[in-house]
Amino acid sequence: MDFLRPASWEEALAAKAEHPAAVPIAGGTDVMVEINFDHRRPEHLMDLNRIGDLEEWEVGEDSVRLGASVPYSRIMEHLRTELPGLALAAHTVASPQIRNRGGVGGNLGTSSPAGDAHPALLAAGAEVEAESVRGSRRIPIDAFYTGVKRNALAPDELIRAVHIEKAGGPQQYSKVGTRNAMVIAVCAFGLALHPETRTVRTGIGSAAPTPVRARTAEEFLEAALEEGGFWDNGKIITPSLAGRFADLCAAACSPIDDVRGTAGYRRHAVGVMARRTLTWTWESYRGARRTTEGAA
Amino acid sequence: MPTNGVPTKITQGSGTRGGIGESTLRPDGILKVTGEFAYSSDLWHEDMLWGQILRSTVAHAEIVSIDTSQALAVPGVYAVMTYDDLPTGVRHYGLEIQDTPVLAHGKVRHHGEPVAIVAADHPETARRAAARIRVEYRELPVVTDEASALAPDAPLVHEHRDDLLQSQLRSTGGTPTVGHVPHPNVVHRQPIVRGDVTSARERADVIVEGEYTFGMQDQAFLGPESGLAVPEEDGGVHLYIATQWLHSDLRQMAPVLGLPEDKVRMTLAGVGGAFGGREDLSMQIHACLLALRTGRPVKIVYNRFESFFGHVHRHPAKLSYEHGATADGRLTHVKCRIVLDGGAYASASPAVVGNASSLGIGPYVVDDVDIEAIALYTNNPPCGAMRGFGAVQACFAYEAQMDRLAARLGMDPVEFRQLNAMEQGSLLPTGQAVDSPAPVAELLRRVKAMPMPPERQWESSEGADVRRLPGGLSNTTHGEGVVRGVGYAVGIKNVGFSEGFDDYSTARVRMEVVGGEPVATVHTAMAEVGQGGVTVHAQIARTELGVARVTIRPADTRVGSAGSTSASRQTYVTGGAVRHACELVRERVLELGRRRFGSYHPAWASAELLLEGGKVVTDGGEVLAGLADVLGEEAVEVEREWRHRPTEPFDPRTGQGNGHVQYSFAAHRAVVEVDTELGLVKVVELACAQDVGKALNPLSVIGQIQGGTAQGLGMAVMEEIVVDPRTARVRNPSFTDYLIPTILDTPTIPVDMLELADDHAPYGVRGVGEAPTLSSTPAVLAAVRDATGLALDRTPVRPEHLTGTG
Repeated sequence: MDFLRPASWEEALAAKAEHPAAVPIAGGTDVMVEINFDHRRPEHLMDLNRIGDLEEWEVGEDSVRLGASVPYSRIMEHLRTELPGLALAAHTVASPQIRNRGGVGGNLGTSSPAGDAHPALLAAGAEVEAESVRGSRRIPIDAFYTGVKRNALAPDELIRAVHIEKAGGPQQYSKVGTRNAMVIAVCAFGLALHPETRTVRTGIGSAAPTPVRARTAEEFLEAALEEGGFWDNGKIITPSLAGRFADLCAAACSPIDDVRGTAGYRRHAVGVMARRTLTWTWESYRGARRTTEGAA
Repeated sequence: MPTNGVPTKITQGSGTRGGIGESTLRPDGILKVTGEFAYSSDLWHEDMLWGQILRSTVAHAEIVSIDTSQALAVPGVYAVMTYDDLPTGVRHYGLEIQDTPVLAHGKVRHHGEPVAIVAADHPETARRAAARIRVEYRELPVVTDEASALAPDAPLVHEHRDDLLQSQLRSTGGTPTVGHVPHPNVVHRQPIVRGDVTSARERADVIVEGEYTFGMQDQAFLGPESGLAVPEEDGGVHLYIATQWLHSDLRQMAPVLGLPEDKVRMTLAGVGGAFGGREDLSMQIHACLLALRTGRPVKIVYNRFESFFGHVHRHPAKLSYEHGATADGRLTHVKCRIVLDGGAYASASPAVVGNASSLGIGPYVVDDVDIEAIALYTNNPPCGAMRGFGAVQACFAYEAQMDRLAARLGMDPVEFRQLNAMEQGSLLPTGQAVDSPAPVAELLRRVKAMPMPPERQWESSEGADVRRLPGGLSNTTHGEGVVRGVGYAVGIKNVGFSEGFDDYSTARVRMEVVGGEPVATVHTAMAEVGQGGVTVHAQIARTELGVARVTIRPADTRVGSAGSTSASRQTYVTGGAVRHACELVRERVLELGRRRFGSYHPAWASAELLLEGGKVVTDGGEVLAGLADVLGEEAVEVEREWRHRPTEPFDPRTGQGNGHVQYSFAAHRAVVEVDTELGLVKVVELACAQDVGKALNPLSVIGQIQGGTAQGLGMAVMEEIVVDPRTARVRNPSFTDYLIPTILDTPTIPVDMLELADDHAPYGVRGVGEAPTLSSTPAVLAAVRDATGLALDRTPVRPEHLTGTG
């Protein structure tokens, strides 16, 4: 195994062009496990840790440009306001040591359906900034995941950053694991309300071959909120509405039975998380509305 | 037990600090916490090679061929060995039955069985070479449970079992093991019958029947299997190894290596933990074979993945129980059948069967019992010793039964237990009387009397603190669906090796003057695996010899056997041996004093002389001489074996017999909060009351109780090795999917420590390490049942069981 250590982004792109099978490594959360378990012995390992840019982030007008290697612990500390869903997801990643090393770029690169960041990215809305010696492009998150541990990156491309929409409304993230910390997701759910566009977005992890959105559920909820004038009148979401949304989210899953849980449980749990996160986000939205009205 | 001419009272409470009863600190504690402790995997030798084991990828298959040529061709490879390369005719080993091939011969019987071994100059080279060994398998149907093991056309896991039984008979001098083996796929069977269940059943107003399933738990000890074998000039080998019993390893290794036992030297290397998982051999013989073959030191270190295949697990079990009781809450009878899955090789299965059956009804008085326990041979991973050893599986089932009976009778579950609780003098189903305190009802009373943790502790001014809720930081509930439940359980565990085993230990104690100060040196072969023997031995020496400085020598085979660090026995047995040797040393020191100074003071003639604070003192505290002056240039050294009271085998047909030497009792109260919609459990508190006889080191004792409690919690809600029933392959051999409790899963564990001396044991001690592992699991399950109203007949309980989505 050859170990490549590019000193700059340009060197990294050149190396990736020369060795398209080279596996990039930053925090090593996934890659080191695969190597230690002997699941993968790449010819070339490309260490991205000398490229400081990858650990930087910029908060823009509408979105945050998050460097691929920004550790989860930084997201929790510094981007809680702009990226609340992702910050909650970051909390559930492994242990403090791993949160200090691992970043979203690794989750995206591996594209495991169990990656903790995916549901939050899907719910918030994001674009992956991919680059090669041929140039740079932005891949919408909805088009990024193409199969089990497969994604839309070309062999010569590297992930430089993720552009995530700044939260315009409440966001929530829940993950089920069979232990209260440091656990791989049995399934996970992300929800973001986007009051400015009067839309909602969801993200489901570990309950389908790829991370997915529950589009039918989103459309149902958007229509119901619109029809009932919920965005304006701030009514309480009825149990039946929340229940229908939960059922549609569960129906968006195509899970499997595996050693971590049954398909039936995953579908059920996604429904419960959908109902609860909808309640939490909507209550938060109503609270914010009242506060705003009170100030006005 | 004082010898003639030495004090009748112990010197505890004397001016010597750091004696028994004090919470002295572990010498390795800080090193372990700061990551500086040298584990066996840290061993290093300049010229060493690295060993690697090739393991079977299938559970049951004939080996058609093994081709090692490509592995041997890898540069840097020094040796590749298979069964055919073994040096002697002894090619099997085993703790009780020698049925385990050193390397597979003609057949593999479980997933991960060692097939070949490689030595190379780099671990990666060894790994690559092992991967180039071509093994052709012809797969065979797998035996995975009782139905497939005992079916009329069942494949025999050990096709020559009858031969094995005959050789076993010869090697045991005719001990009738055959009575315990009704079928070649049954390792061992133990019925226990007392009274008359049929007529007792007629007295029962309530009968409760239940079927229970207990999953396969892993010891998940710190520090995977590892060691370093160094060839020696005399043709022998020196093995530095993390194990639980040096002399048991030695006895199994030497014949395979073709060496007399005195040419196989063993030194204990740094052990992380064991919990029974190091009782069987792992890489010991393999490392020595490669070292002797290559003439170079050979190190083998398993990674965690390999460790899951490298040691036995706790027997999974199916348990069927029938309990009867009168309307006023008296147990009439218990009939039960416990089927333990022993996996492919026997390991400690016979003794596990002995415990499961003899302790199968728990700490209760029942005159009419009909118990049967068996262990099967299957193609599942081999199972053997783990903390609680057979008593754990039974406790899960009988405590569930006790709750169901109490509910049927409309009684409080604690009062119902107390009404039927065993006490000193009660008889076990084996007919043996419990001849030391058995405060079962009192422990239940104490654990029930502890204050309850406050409700809704997750509520704070800033909203829900998810760390205090089921799901923790995964943020699954802010209180929705959360229901509290409370459950109780109590258990009984035997201490020490049972059923007639000669369970002795050896200690060598030396006293001499070093730098003007009297120093005691304690040398035993006791494996320190975290239980705290290193602290306790020094405390005993200080108490008995009145010295401040005690040196604990590294454990090795230059001193006699200390027996196994298991069965909660080391403080009792090796502690007893150290105390006995100290008493003999004290006697000789006093003789020396009398010879040297007897004429100076009439008190020297008194029998009541003590060693305290580095001096010889009278009963009244008058100083006669300093120990340094008494000893002068002389060293006093004694090595002695020490035994607890003998036990007897259980009758193979009735199970009657005085099989056990001591018992350990613990009771738990579990308070859980269950997210009833998601099936997630947060254990809020696990209170424990335990009788420890005498706490030689209270801090260590509390540590043992809390650790055992946490391990039982893991078994209740998450820990399970999942084996595919179609292929008998292990599905989760890593800490990614074999989950053990984190600090967020571990609740507050208040401990109420009762000290009722066992007069038969040194200082009145009672083994403490295992009992808390028994009752913790059923207490958590009872609490989860209380919260959910579900029957829950299996452990660990998983979210799908709590949500009806299995």
